[in-house]
Amino acid sequence: MENSLRAERGAVSLASHSGWRDQSILLRFMSIALFAGAWEIAGRIPVSFAFPTFSDTMVAFVKLVADGSLPTAYLSTLQPLLLGVVLSAFLGVGLGTLCGLWRAGEWLLIPVFIVLQAAPVAAFIPMVTFIYGIGMTAKTLAVMILALPVIVLNTYKAVRNVNESLLVMCRSFLGTRWQTVAKIILPDASPVIFAGLRLGVAAGFVGVVLAELLITPTGIGDLITFHRSRADYAEMYATIGSIIALSTLTLIVLQWIEIRLFRPEKRGA
Amino acid sequence: MRATVLRNGPSPVSASADSIVEVRGVSKYYGSVEALRSIDLDFPRGKLTSLLGPSGCGKTTLLKIIAGLITADAGTIAIDGKYVSTPGPERAFVFQDFALMPWATVLRNVAFGLELRGMDKTKRENIARHYIDEVGLAGFGDKYPHELSGGMRQRVGLARALSVDADVLLLDEPFSAVDEQNRRKFQEDLIRLRTNQNKTFIFVTHSIEEAVYISDRIVLLSPRPGRVSQVIEPQIDRSVDPERIHRDKHYLDTVEEIWQGLKQYVE
Amino acid sequence: MTLFGYRVPMMASLLVWCLIWEIIGRAHLVFLLPPLSEVLAAAVHLVQTASWQNATITTLRAFVMGMALSILFGVPLGILMGRVKIADDLLGMWVNIFSSAPLSALVPVLMILFGFGERTIVAAVFLFAIWIIVLDTRAGVRHISPSLVEMARSYGASRRALYTKVILLAALPEILAGIRLGLIRGVKGVVIGQLLVAIVGYGALFETFSRNFRMAEFWALTIILFAFALLVAQLIEQAEAKVEYYAGAR
Repeated sequence: MENSLRAERGAVSLASHSGWRDQSILLRFMSIALFAGAWEIAGRIPVSFAFPTFSDTMVAFVKLVADGSLPTAYLSTLQPLLLGVVLSAFLGVGLGTLCGLWRAGEWLLIPVFIVLQAAPVAAFIPMVTFIYGIGMTAKTLAVMILALPVIVLNTYKAVRNVNESLLVMCRSFLGTRWQTVAKIILPDASPVIFAGLRLGVAAGFVGVVLAELLITPTGIGDLITFHRSRADYAEMYATIGSIIALSTLTLIVLQWIEIRLFRPEKRGA
Repeated sequence: MRATVLRNGPSPVSASADSIVEVRGVSKYYGSVEALRSIDLDFPRGKLTSLLGPSGCGKTTLLKIIAGLITADAGTIAIDGKYVSTPGPERAFVFQDFALMPWATVLRNVAFGLELRGMDKTKRENIARHYIDEVGLAGFGDKYPHELSGGMRQRVGLARALSVDADVLLLDEPFSAVDEQNRRKFQEDLIRLRTNQNKTFIFVTHSIEEAVYISDRIVLLSPRPGRVSQVIEPQIDRSVDPERIHRDKHYLDTVEEIWQGLKQYVE
Repeated sequence: MTLFGYRVPMMASLLVWCLIWEIIGRAHLVFLLPPLSEVLAAAVHLVQTASWQNATITTLRAFVMGMALSILFGVPLGILMGRVKIADDLLGMWVNIFSSAPLSALVPVLMILFGFGERTIVAAVFLFAIWIIVLDTRAGVRHISPSLVEMARSYGASRRALYTKVILLAALPEILAGIRLGLIRGVKGVVIGQLLVAIVGYGALFETFSRNFRMAEFWALTIILFAFALLVAQLIEQAEAKVEYYAGAR
């Protein structure tokens, strides 16, 4: 249990580390340029026959988008990802809230999720294919296996560690149990819940890519494997780079949405 | 010395003519630690009574028992003759750490007590706006707590307590997290508010000067276990310039007298 | 230890789940789930086989090497980012991106760069573990009170002494927290790497067991792996508890 309380600090600190988004546009461009430059030089040397330059990779990326293979692959990858993440979000926040409010639920379920979060659950992914074949269901489940524990645990911890003085305040102004949950506990827990959702989305990306690399040769995973087998390294790097970029962009957009819609107190600051 | 010492020692006091809160035989243990030992007190209607004492004397515990936030192990609390053991609409609490919701505007924070009672939005916000003006925060209704200073945050807490229209306001060291300059200003405002509002205030503080400055009555509590050691009524004319009160001889004498009484409890 | 008060109920509920597992297994409700007793028997048998012992040594070696590398590089990088603004500005963005990116997509790259062998696994562990170590170290260094650094300077601490005797030690609680999270990620890295490479260590065993539907052994291996992950996290937590006393005093 102590273990789990620490894990939250990681999750929260991850969110708070995002301060780099405040830095000036110029520095961010410099940072990107530095990265691209280092990549370009390493590719020119070259450090390995399998290490294309940055420019080759960008050209390959444009080509993959133009010939439609990247969009097609994403269509197949994003469906189970979206479905799995949405299901995990609802199920995870629901279960986490329940466990935070209800001691019996906490006792029964939280240890399981602590084990699942600390353990390499990726080992289950091949197993999922045995049961559900290599379709959409298996991929969705792979996403959920990875995304659900962190969402449940973050929600649970946020609900359990709710600001005690606000609870007392609500009681002194005659709040009912239901009002306490709706007006104090959930709003107070929401920053950590959102951090959990972002971590869940990140884990979901890992899950869907793993599922596609390991078992179901479709989507982005298939595109990576295919170009590797043909030694089209620039195309392979472009595909991998695109999924990392997409996952990063998704997380940034999620945080932006969170601040826009749910955190009016942070908007001006 | 014009400060009237009503009584000494823990003997029960007879109810004054019109007391709104009656505390009878209240005791409280935390594990094996005796926090309060058989407290008997009456709080006169429309007056400001301070609970004063060194840390560990149980003054906050007593206030929270009156508020119904903590259950006493023995004894009763009566408000207007009715026994209470849970929070009720006739009492409102002002918290030491403000207890403001960071995600809500000043307006919503102030209206929160009414929101919990199911009052409709326009009505409760009108009431809230009135009290926001009353505590000197006019124009700050749309701000968020983190945009305010400590003193202003506590004004929000006070406005919230005023807006539910309770007869008794319970203030738990409301100025302890407020810086010195703001505290002085706030104390002056509280004196003014008290004359306007016609409410009963019960005020917990560990500052002797603060207690003497603002109180009609001061209940001195002694620690381990918490007991009533003295009740003092400082006869200070508060209609004069506040600056003069701080230099007033009676004010200074009362502060000194209380300090002499409390000194023995300070390690 | 207060820890004990928490562990007891936690263990108790896991026992309930073990019981449910056993019942489901006995009833043959799910074809892929043999009874727990059978799995435990398989585990006892498995640890005695040479193939498991070899796989464990390979896996542990790769894990330890990967972790050692990520601590060796991660902590100095984190300190650098915590102390030097320009380094933080230029690298912060990338460390943040990689700490939450789907790194499993990079494993195929590692496979072509480092070959289908142990070096790829070491690289995978390194890649999974390092970023959180950097981030937490940076946060730890950032949280050091400036007056502590000024104190060291005013008493004439050399640059070297400032870093080794003040900054490193003052940031130790966060560094250890980062290493603990890094270890958990590292275990995931070693497993994902081996699953994808599929001819090394546990990955090869998983592959064999699942291909031949030897479910009892598959689950036995999973349990061993989970137990290892939890044990590692627990050990580091105890080390953290030891530095807690001065973490609390700050």
